[in-house]
Amino acid sequence: MHSHLGVYPSPSLRAHSDGNEATDPVTAGVWAEHSLWPQDPGFQRALEGGVTSMQLLPGSANLIGGRGVTIKNIWARTYQEMKFPGAPHGLKMACGENPKRVYGGRQKAPSTRMGNVAGYRQAFADARDYIEQWNEYEAKRAVFEKGAKPDATAPKPPKRDLRLETLAAAMKGELRVHIHCYRADEMATMLDLAKEFGFRISTFHHGVETYKIADRLATEGVCGALWADWWGFKLEAYDGIQENLAFVDFPEGGCSIVHSDSSEGIQRLNQEAAKAMTRGQRAGLDIPPERAIRWVTSNAAKSLGILAQTGTLEAGKMADIVVWNGSPFSVYALPDLVYIDGVLQYDRAKPAAKPRSDFEQ
Amino acid sequence: MSKPPLIAALLTSSLALGAAGAGEVLIRGARVHTAGSPGTLENADVLVRDNRIAAVGNGLAAPSGAAVVEARGRPLTPGLFGGLSQLGLEEVELEAATVDADLAFTQPLWMHHWRPEFDVTRAFNARSPVIPVTRVEGITWTVLAPTTDKTLIAGQGAAAALDGRFDAVLGGRTLFVNWGSAALESSGGSRAAQFMLFDQAIREVRDPASAGEGALLLPEGRAALKGYLAGGRVVFRVHRASDIRGVIDYARRNGMKPVISGGNEAWLVAQELAAAGVPVILDSLENLPEDFDQLGARLDNAAMLNQAGVKIAFSYDESHQARKNRQLAGNAATHGLSWEAALAGLTSVPAQIFGLADRGTIEKGKIADLVLWSGDPLEVTTVADSVWIGGQPIEMRSRQTELRDRYLEILRSKTAR
Repeated sequence: MHSHLGVYPSPSLRAHSDGNEATDPVTAGVWAEHSLWPQDPGFQRALEGGVTSMQLLPGSANLIGGRGVTIKNIWARTYQEMKFPGAPHGLKMACGENPKRVYGGRQKAPSTRMGNVAGYRQAFADARDYIEQWNEYEAKRAVFEKGAKPDATAPKPPKRDLRLETLAAAMKGELRVHIHCYRADEMATMLDLAKEFGFRISTFHHGVETYKIADRLATEGVCGALWADWWGFKLEAYDGIQENLAFVDFPEGGCSIVHSDSSEGIQRLNQEAAKAMTRGQRAGLDIPPERAIRWVTSNAAKSLGILAQTGTLEAGKMADIVVWNGSPFSVYALPDLVYIDGVLQYDRAKPAAKPRSDFEQ
Repeated sequence: MSKPPLIAALLTSSLALGAAGAGEVLIRGARVHTAGSPGTLENADVLVRDNRIAAVGNGLAAPSGAAVVEARGRPLTPGLFGGLSQLGLEEVELEAATVDADLAFTQPLWMHHWRPEFDVTRAFNARSPVIPVTRVEGITWTVLAPTTDKTLIAGQGAAAALDGRFDAVLGGRTLFVNWGSAALESSGGSRAAQFMLFDQAIREVRDPASAGEGALLLPEGRAALKGYLAGGRVVFRVHRASDIRGVIDYARRNGMKPVISGGNEAWLVAQELAAAGVPVILDSLENLPEDFDQLGARLDNAAMLNQAGVKIAFSYDESHQARKNRQLAGNAATHGLSWEAALAGLTSVPAQIFGLADRGTIEKGKIADLVLWSGDPLEVTTVADSVWIGGQPIEMRSRQTELRDRYLEILRSKTAR
């Protein structure tokens, strides 16, 4: 969850910085897949860590950063070949410090958290108008197509607006909303926003304070895509605790996901889950490994809307399977075999046969 | 809270002793990883008197009045190295008002004086909330390093204990130098100019009369750099194999004792590093070609260096996650490094690199920096059960454990489970 592979690929040179369209606080019209460089060597490193599918998102400079995409981690020449069949797009939004720092630094809105919220609300209000314009048009066209007035001219459709089209899709439930949000109080504000404009939030990302409102998120059916222990690099990350994933998992209906936005972290999601499981157990919570494994499998699939296809080992699902050399909840564990759609993509015993990016030829 | 009651009670008693300043503690029945020549001792005892290790052996008798901690076979290691860090120098990286590790005067780059006299240890805050967060994970010491990147010379640092005392700086004074593509902006865009500029600085030290207008160094800087040109320890932050070779040769010719930091391509010049006796402080998780200086980055860098006889230590480049250093060592062990060398990279080797003769191993006479673990100290499912720094037990609390306890209570009250 929440990878920037391909959009911020290795090598991380200036020409490769394709993850943030930081030219306007609302760039809902951009799609991460159009930045995706399939030759990022990070994909193969993630494969060696057992990652079979992943969500790629735009960065968090913007209030509304654009569409995210879910892919299968196969070597391919084009992103189209990597796309997860039938997976819904995501909509990436961001709370807090990043948008206000990026735009406030340019003497432009937003420069405050209240500016952030006004920015989301205006965008969704515009999208609501946009939906109404299209609804009116569809109604007129229906009348016209019935042919009640033989000499009437066909109604003219509204001009397509890619930004508003994406927001409208989120309001209609066609996209899954993923929000970068660190502070618990801001998550509550975003839940209000979702209520006001009638969309559902799939998942809060990064969420170092998610543990503070774990009960609320479980009630609302919102997941937390979280780090095991990353904290403190900015003020909104100051209250991080190592029990975050375990606490979010704790209430009935809680949905914890181990994510990583780093090309290093995505290689060892199993270790991150192991650390978080351990901290939860030490705090007195009953978290057996078979529960913690969901944090890197089925809960992620649920968040991304692909649980019917993958995320568990059940008859009829895609054969996305990792065979480990021991319990994955160990620093010494390594995937021996990684299958995607039933095809062996990685065999640790055959290093010469492993997929390799063009950059590393 | 999940600690067995017996241990909690014993800890309380040793805390009381510590407070009284008396101080004999017998840690009994541990799997003692000495990180020194005795290797690992099964079912061994460690006696701590005041701030030092008084005895290590089997079946040691508890002196009367000594607090006894029953290890019950759990591993005991020396306190771990927190890497090159900004602990106590930085609270929140993106809040400049809380960061003292970076010297950032605002002249154009070409007007910057090099300030080797900049010494970050003078800004160290022993009461930083980041320190308890780090030491409850078994990290008992670190090397404070400046992060200045406007000039090749970042400044000076030194080792510090994380025991919370104001006077925690231990020695191990070191100069930090940026090299390679990460330092191009401060060398006019070419790494060839890095040698050129360093030549100029060295000339200014050796021949102060040459330091006219446009000098890189002020008189204080010349005085500070002088010592490093007479056998002082200099950490070069550099990745590319050809640059590492260049740095080793350059340091040797100019009287500096080099240490490589980063070194993602160090395995390519392992023989040269071994022959020159130059250690490498690395992040063993770095295996991506993040830029053209690191095309050779790979997970078995540590293993190959060690195999060639190069001393390696671990450092994670993010102070708040200094506790991740243990995970670096564990992963290095997964990728070919011996378990003993991985532990040494967190304990005895960094102590040797920074010249801290009385730390880094569990041996008689050494400072009693000790950690009792719940299991294999390199394993991600292991936690530190008890930590001693200079013989004193550390209270196993931090603002993170406070937040944990506060919100677990709230969560339990709000949920049925």
